[in-house]
Amino acid sequence: MSSLYEEISAPPAAGVPVRRVTLNVNGQDRTVDVEPRLLLAHLLRQGLKLTGTHTGCDTSNCGACTVLFDGRPIKSCTMFAVQADGHEVQTVEGLATQSSLHPLQEGFKEEHGLQCGFCTPGMMMAAKALLESNPNPTEDEIRWAISGNLCRCTGYQNIVKAILWAAEKMRGSSN
Amino acid sequence: MALDEIKIGGMGASRRRVEDNRFIRGKGNYVDDIVLPAMLHMEILRSPMAHARIKSIDVSKAWEIPGVRLVLTGEMLAARNLAWMPTLSYDTQAVMAMDKVRFQGQEVAAVIADDPYIAKDACEAIRVEYEALPVIVNPMQAMAPGAALIRDDKENQTDNKVFDWEVGDRAGTDKAFAEADLISKIELHYPRSHPSPIETCGSIADFDRATGKLTVYMTTQAPHIIRAAVAMVAELPEHMIRIVSPDLGGGFGNKVPVYPGYVISILASILTERPVKWIEDKTGNLISTGFGRDVYLQGELAVRKDGKMLGVRMHTISDHGAFFADAQPSKFKIGLMHSAFACYDIPVAHLTATGTYTNKAPGGVAYRCSFRVTEAMFFQERMVQAAADDLGMDQAEFRRINFVKDDDFPHRTAYGFLTDSGQYGKCLDVGLEAIDYKNFLVQKEEAKKRGRLLGIGISTMTEPLGAGNSREYDILGIKMFDSAELRVHMSGKAILRTGAKSQGQGHETTWAQIVAHELGIPADDIVVEEGDTDTAPFGMGTYASRSTPVAGAAVAMVSRKIRAKARKIAAHLLEVSEEDVEWELGRFYVRSSPDRGVTIQDCAMAAYSNMPDGMEPGLENNAYYDPPNLTWPFACYISTVEVDPETGVWDVLKVVAVDDCGVRINPMIVEGQIMGGLTEAYAMASMQFITYDVEGNCVGSNYMDYLLPTAWETPGFELHEVVTPCPHHPIGAKGIGECATVGGPASFVNAVMDALRGTGVRNIDMPLLADRVYEAIQTGKDISGAPPIKTEE
Ligand code: FES
Ligand code: FES
Repeated sequence: MSSLYEEISAPPAAGVPVRRVTLNVNGQDRTVDVEPRLLLAHLLRQGLKLTGTHTGCDTSNCGACTVLFDGRPIKSCTMFAVQADGHEVQTVEGLATQSSLHPLQEGFKEEHGLQCGFCTPGMMMAAKALLESNPNPTEDEIRWAISGNLCRCTGYQNIVKAILWAAEKMRGSSN
Repeated sequence: MALDEIKIGGMGASRRRVEDNRFIRGKGNYVDDIVLPAMLHMEILRSPMAHARIKSIDVSKAWEIPGVRLVLTGEMLAARNLAWMPTLSYDTQAVMAMDKVRFQGQEVAAVIADDPYIAKDACEAIRVEYEALPVIVNPMQAMAPGAALIRDDKENQTDNKVFDWEVGDRAGTDKAFAEADLISKIELHYPRSHPSPIETCGSIADFDRATGKLTVYMTTQAPHIIRAAVAMVAELPEHMIRIVSPDLGGGFGNKVPVYPGYVISILASILTERPVKWIEDKTGNLISTGFGRDVYLQGELAVRKDGKMLGVRMHTISDHGAFFADAQPSKFKIGLMHSAFACYDIPVAHLTATGTYTNKAPGGVAYRCSFRVTEAMFFQERMVQAAADDLGMDQAEFRRINFVKDDDFPHRTAYGFLTDSGQYGKCLDVGLEAIDYKNFLVQKEEAKKRGRLLGIGISTMTEPLGAGNSREYDILGIKMFDSAELRVHMSGKAILRTGAKSQGQGHETTWAQIVAHELGIPADDIVVEEGDTDTAPFGMGTYASRSTPVAGAAVAMVSRKIRAKARKIAAHLLEVSEEDVEWELGRFYVRSSPDRGVTIQDCAMAAYSNMPDGMEPGLENNAYYDPPNLTWPFACYISTVEVDPETGVWDVLKVVAVDDCGVRINPMIVEGQIMGGLTEAYAMASMQFITYDVEGNCVGSNYMDYLLPTAWETPGFELHEVVTPCPHHPIGAKGIGECATVGGPASFVNAVMDALRGTGVRNIDMPLLADRVYEAIQTGKDISGAPPIKTEE
């Protein structure tokens, strides 16, 4: 357990409220003191140094900040860190183990599902949620599931293929 | 035996990308991921008004907020001679407004604080008093008599005109028009758009008082140009400036210019002597940084009865915003607009261009484009379709008979460009077959009887990519070459650095493939580095699809220099004269006894341990490449659509792309570029634009108003290829990054217009929003998208 307020910013000025929050990130419990207005995305990026979660807009449209919140994809720029108290968060950094990549990571590389890579962590987290509830999605189901995530580089076709690639691999390994 | 080139990841291999290894793990290194010790955070206060005099700025309340370290205003910048900076088009641009604001979103003040939240709070505490001035949001208003003068800061500027310019043969064109059987006309507006990479702009300036060195981590596609510009603006010597462009979350031309935010963060770091991070928010990015397009295009085509094109006339009126900051390296005022019609054999052409200031954000960046070629090709292909219609001729046939023929190269275009190669007719044939053209025409007629509106749109074009050649292209006087530096270690592994800068194009993967092709060193043994001006050779950066045409050529050339030295070493090792040594991929051998040979790795080791007498040790070199000409890829994009007459909604049925970009280094990556480009083309045709209301408020300042297509709307794409190697490029490659964005939009618009044939509608300006299409169908009239679209008055 550590208090990470200092890592987020200077100690709070007099009168600035601070809340203690405990959340589980990628399987590890973390306790942090935060201002109530701190966004979850900023806690992850600046406080917990998990910079794989990106922010690409101010209006909850781009999905670059997508993480799994108790297993459901959410936009972490649209949630306060204090709302995560007692909850589980999964970020892109939790996808791979030391020895192996997640099938989605392999699929994105194999099918050229990324170019600049900025949307990629959010895309993969949205896709993970989809495949966990629907192991055999159609192309349309995939397109719908990632329609909250913008990609400016790829034109999506290869992202769809990457997710299909991962779905197939995951089905193969679970049989 | 020679190596298998595909196996070692050479040219033609769809090698999986090296950079992906970090991106898929969330381990990319984008500017906002960088944290320096004791770093401060900067936020910019922007003007809510489009045109207003600044009466006063009161920053006292901002200073009272704990954690605020510095508040900057235009006056403080002016005291250091930093209130204005030069643009890439030889105009000036305000770094921070002092006398007045000239567009909504202009920088008015900045706060530097301990964290970004505090900096934002403090910006809100700044009080600015404005006195509203008349607002000008389009060129017609700008040129109207008595219009308010936007650039009253400039001596000798008495109106809102930026330039009048012309090119081509006026008299010859007049004559061609006099002799024509038919003159076809069209008027279009190419709306303002924003490249909008998902990552915004940002910088971390870190001035070290002890060493006098300034390091800036920033989102730039052209680090060396930035270094030159910073040296000019900040009056620091070049060797004391280090620009680092880390991973970029997309660029598309948005990250070429020097923006005020960068300059302000540099000054803030110099003043605070601490690193200062500035990360622009999305609204700041959309309302203040480089837009693309915003041009009115008028023109006419003179044709003979049999379909032969005789001449073309164009007139463009461009809206440059408050400062003429077009990021383009040519001496042509309206960029490469006159590359229009390069694929058609037309004897004469003439173009006039007028540029105006307005109270809108400056920019005019080459948004996935080579400096206005997107507008040029859009105009060209809309014009061609209109003329085919007027002639009553099949639109594919009309194109075919006017194409420059395969054996007519090199070909001088009517506007004076030199094209070098292509198989235009073949590309069209491949496209027509893929879309099943004849059948579709039949289907279309049948559907019409049942009240369904189907349409097919063709767009064919060749465009000039890869600025430049040093005779015609420069930025701030620096010629448009590019560079590569290759060091082969003694183990035969290597590091390559270039003056280009990837923003997702995959240079770390493809540059190694070129080296593998030239030297036979497996691509996996080559590390590629870019973006750090302290280590990379001087280059002009990545935009205008110039990486492969210019930096890629430099990579091939430096590899050849290395091979030439290795050959001498090989002769020494084989104890034969150099003339008796032959090369095959990865290996030198003795001509008379091919079994006797040494590998490139053997030569590398010998370069450090057993070089011939008198030879300089080591195996490294660099190359600066000045291309003899632009490269001219060709593309044919065909789409089919169905329009719902009840709602004006149109759906894409199929998109076929045939690209001839010469030799493909990595086919997988080339296809990725094409699909990305087609998506931006679809975006512009269907939804993506920025407009302004009469008060100069930017409509399109966030992703709720500025629509980018999601996976749901984006159609699927079918890709085809034709290969005509570029005759003057060392590996025969042409540019590809922007072809689909440039040529794509007309295929969608032509398809919708084709579906509306017979309704009397000749043009609907982009984007073809359902309400515009619906209104056109209802009224039988053209729809102009010229802003402001509707005024409340
Ligand atoms: S940052 Fe864009 S949706 Fe969260
Ligand atoms: S890969 Fe660049 S935004 Fe998706």
